[in-house]
Amino acid sequence: MQIGIFSVGDVTQDPTDGTTPTEHERIKATVAIARKAEEIGLDVFAVGQHHNPPFATSSPTTTLAYIAAQTERIMLSTSTTLITTTDPVRIAEDYGMLQHLADGRTDLMLGRGNTGPVYPWFGKDIRQGVPLAIENYNLLHRLWHEEVVNWSGRFRTPLQSFTLSPQPLDGVAPFVWHGSIRTPEIAEQAAYYGDGFFHNNIFWNKEFTGQMIDLYRERYEHYGHGAADQAIVGLGGQFFMRRNAQEARREFRPYFDNAPVYGHGPTMEDFTDQTPLTVGSPQEVIEKTLSFREYAGDYQRQLFLVDHAGLPLKTVLEQLDLFGEEVLPTLRREFDAARPAHVPEAPTHASLVERRRAGADPVPGGREDSPAGEARRAERDHQAGQEPGAERERGTAARTRETDQERPATRTEETR
Amino acid sequence: MSAPTIAVVTAGLSEPSSTALLADRLLEAVQARLRPTGAEARAVRIDLRGLAHGIADHLTMGFPSGKLAAALDALRGADAVIAVTPTFKASYTGLFKSFWDLVEDGELDGVPTLLAATGGTARHSLMIDVAMRPLFAYLRADAVPTGVFAATDDFGADESLQRRIDRAAGELAERIRRRTGEPAHDVAPAAAPAGPAEPGAVETRSAAGEELSPAPRPLRSEETAPGDPALTAPSGDESSPDPARAASGTASHRTAHRASGLPPLRVTPFEQLLRQ
Repeated sequence: MQIGIFSVGDVTQDPTDGTTPTEHERIKATVAIARKAEEIGLDVFAVGQHHNPPFATSSPTTTLAYIAAQTERIMLSTSTTLITTTDPVRIAEDYGMLQHLADGRTDLMLGRGNTGPVYPWFGKDIRQGVPLAIENYNLLHRLWHEEVVNWSGRFRTPLQSFTLSPQPLDGVAPFVWHGSIRTPEIAEQAAYYGDGFFHNNIFWNKEFTGQMIDLYRERYEHYGHGAADQAIVGLGGQFFMRRNAQEARREFRPYFDNAPVYGHGPTMEDFTDQTPLTVGSPQEVIEKTLSFREYAGDYQRQLFLVDHAGLPLKTVLEQLDLFGEEVLPTLRREFDAARPAHVPEAPTHASLVERRRAGADPVPGGREDSPAGEARRAERDHQAGQEPGAERERGTAARTRETDQERPATRTEETR
Repeated sequence: MSAPTIAVVTAGLSEPSSTALLADRLLEAVQARLRPTGAEARAVRIDLRGLAHGIADHLTMGFPSGKLAAALDALRGADAVIAVTPTFKASYTGLFKSFWDLVEDGELDGVPTLLAATGGTARHSLMIDVAMRPLFAYLRADAVPTGVFAATDDFGADESLQRRIDRAAGELAERIRRRTGEPAHDVAPAAAPAGPAEPGAVETRSAAGEELSPAPRPLRSEETAPGDPALTAPSGDESSPDPARAASGTASHRTAHRASGLPPLRVTPFEQLLRQ
């Protein structure tokens, strides 16, 4: 289990004293938080990508490279990298450079972004969010897995004889997580490629989170990358703690009540009841976090949001110190003890190099002997009009299969 | 004909409420018209006053919970809707709109719907047509032509309110019969159904309802997805050719942790997404 923190990079007023950090202070605070994360022994630090106030995090690879130079062990990731509005060629280049500079201590999480006005600034349209994510990632995947790429698509200028520079470190691309809250297409995309799926559940109830993860796991198995319980799952989380639970609740309440996203809405008690947020003692944080397994299964990455809603840097660092002392060792022990042997750990550069050496890299869409591959063959046979009994039965079954292409939601979504 | 379910959504704020009273009379009139076909229509009352906090929480939090989630599920499972709101400031109430804002696009597609409103005077009676009708047109509900507006003095001796109620109830009952595949008894079908006919839709729904509570609406936009075994119904009824039934099976298969108040997740095979 990889345990870490992820930041949205919001510049938010502290509701208790009315002060707001400058962008410069916020950017430097992000670096300080990352260094603290390494100091207390966390596995992952992730930053977001936003192109509009109140966020000060438009260039994640710059931030992460700077942090990489000041750390030694911690894995650097994103929450999220915008696959819709960022040119996939630049993503391949920027994260490739980062991967080399950080000696493979990097991966990335792709997201679409939920702010409509940002898209046209980059020549895109939010109504094409899902098709953009699909086409752009398809190209990114090829850039990271093929040496010479000839490509054309709807959203970007064609590429003729394009060779990415630098090529991925040791011939192994950074691991990719696909982040989505309520878009089944993205869970499907993650499963298709055999990539990771991250559900940022921090504003959602466990029933819904479980449903999205189930969907990804089932499709991961369908594409033959492993059994459903071997799919690579990440979850969000959120806490505020003090040794004395009452003190934690009293101190955090004004931040909760005024927080972007959920402030001025539900009570803190209702929200902690229904979402992953814990406000209380270290023991309560441990119990709540361990309960995520009940609806997400054995998963590989747990990222907490700790630096938002205007919490001062000093408080955030105290939170991390307390987490490192009182929570992290127990979480590690309990998660490791609970995880069955056949469930893989989160991928690292070393494990990906090993996987490549073993010839076990996932094939997009599944190998021919996967359930998806079998279905494709049956369909081909059926279309070719072949009549041998077994093939024909399979073809007939395939014809009656159902799907639904309705767009899932009009409301805002995606990792914030 | 098996029993259809009618969701009655009312936005009255006082107790007792003339809006709720109008809703009762509309429901009774619809039920009376369906009775000769041998089915007692089941009513699900959704009184928005009691959901006001839940509606605000959903708007700020992003997902439904508690009584509101149950109400949204009930609406999703209904065969018809009676929607009644008071008139506030020349329109429906904010609470009424906030509730419909939380209904996912597509969930009311083609659902027979009766629009009704109360108000202080008959001078507001066009509110149904200038405010409510566009909202339900957006939701693609199949709104009956007659809207029923009841001003305060309509509750007096005048018989004209009852005539409007009867007319609208007849229109709604006729649409419910058409959707559930039952031949009309006392009214000849005047026009073709708005959407594709769905024989057996209600039967499918109640069959699915035994496994999944509440039952999902049978899917109207089904398309076959060749070559994807994960999207078929689980075994048990291999002989059933009914696509809606197969899809309901898929839904239950997919939603072991079904999130109450939200529609079941559906997946489009990735090859298809890539081609689009």
